[in-house]
Amino acid sequence: MYTDHDVLVTGIGATTPIGGTAPETWQAMLDGTIGVKANTNAYVEKYNLPVRIHAPLAVDPLEVLTRVEARRLDRSQQVALIAAREAWADAGSPEVDPLRLGVVVGTGIGGAVTLLEQDDLLENVGVGKVAVMTVPMLMPNGPAAAVGLWAKARGGVHAPVSACASGAEGLAWAWKLIKEGEIDIAIAGGAEGCIHPLPIAGFAQMRAMSTRNDDPTTASRPFDIGRDGFVIGEGAGIMVLERADHARARGAKIYGKLAGIGMSNDAYHITAPEPEGEGSLRAIAKALKTAGLSPRDITHVNAHATSTPVGDLAESKTILKGIGEQAVVTATKSMTGHMLGAAGAVEAIATVLSIKNGIVPGTRNIETIDPAIGVDIATENREVKIEAAINDSFGFGGHNVALAFTSA
Amino acid sequence: MSTEDTLTGLAEIVEEVSGVPAADVTADKTFTDDLDIDSLSMVEIAVAAEERFGVKIPDDELANLKTVADAVTYIDSNK
Repeated sequence: MYTDHDVLVTGIGATTPIGGTAPETWQAMLDGTIGVKANTNAYVEKYNLPVRIHAPLAVDPLEVLTRVEARRLDRSQQVALIAAREAWADAGSPEVDPLRLGVVVGTGIGGAVTLLEQDDLLENVGVGKVAVMTVPMLMPNGPAAAVGLWAKARGGVHAPVSACASGAEGLAWAWKLIKEGEIDIAIAGGAEGCIHPLPIAGFAQMRAMSTRNDDPTTASRPFDIGRDGFVIGEGAGIMVLERADHARARGAKIYGKLAGIGMSNDAYHITAPEPEGEGSLRAIAKALKTAGLSPRDITHVNAHATSTPVGDLAESKTILKGIGEQAVVTATKSMTGHMLGAAGAVEAIATVLSIKNGIVPGTRNIETIDPAIGVDIATENREVKIEAAINDSFGFGGHNVALAFTSA
Repeated sequence: MSTEDTLTGLAEIVEEVSGVPAADVTADKTFTDDLDIDSLSMVEIAVAAEERFGVKIPDDELANLKTVADAVTYIDSNK
């Protein structure tokens, strides 16, 4: 059910560690494909990194983009553009008024790889070797700008930055822009491409990452008693969000409805979640309220669940308090690893496809569920009739974003 | 290195930077109107040409290089 002013999902696109497109990623989730593997780059040995696993893209952007495009775009921009083109084509490449088209693409880290590589050139060779395109490649609005330029989105191009909540926040702000009448249609989501020794070293120094180096495929194990941190991934997830009357007028294919959004902040600690999940609870409550749903309506949660000891437990408490024990919970990061600023957007796509297809992909790699976690976790694919679902995302800085999706 | 070699080398740089096929980069073409190269790409081409041909192309000289022939002539007379 939808009314003219609802926000519908009319296109999806993704490139992830388990698939080069959204349908391939979804199928891989149902197949239980694991994108985590040994990181065999020479820098791992060179710097003796304690973390030797990662979740790189299944399809190299250089196989998809032209050479000229690729060399002028940071990897975070490359993946954003690839996923945006897929989503826009999936939406039927509609003819729209550029002034009513917006782009909201978040990133957690942005063009860090460009920044670091160009700094190496400056230090080791000199200013003459620094690329002319350095600044537009390293800026955090780079992914959004690359998509906006390609799409000719003159209604506004925005780049929310909220660490690992960025992708979800991109969708949330697009929802608000459409609801407020600013635009009719948006290309929105998140992108990340920063698998590089420095971010790995930094996350590893925080003790945030799994060091299950001898067994990469089972390293990302949200909710398992033996979870020991996240696995760094990369990718992009993009949705075309569209006001319902606009979508109907052009006969658009409809995946579902982004029925409501909630954003909040813990203001508790720069990286650790508030242990009782109070901050994320407020995000979920707002999402339910704006969607006109009650907690009992939610029968599925695609959790943020990154496989860290503290985070997964706090989130499970939030889900029990804010939604209830009826929700079937999954953590697709068990397969994709943690795509940081892209994670929320890719998981939003999975959430919509779970609703549409009536199936929740299983959380992989659970040998023993942590007994402190009381939610109903799908440990294998489970058929569930879902009218409404929540997609949770959190980011360093205390950011919480909840997206409420329903069937349309 | 002959003028022809300079043209060939410059054409390769233009293709690398802009995607315009090297075969289309002929002496009579203008960078802006014929080859659709923007000012930022022009700077990239100049930086690459400086390295390849061992010339210096100051910004005020770069502004005068309207056609491919202008660039070839400049490079050949300054390297």
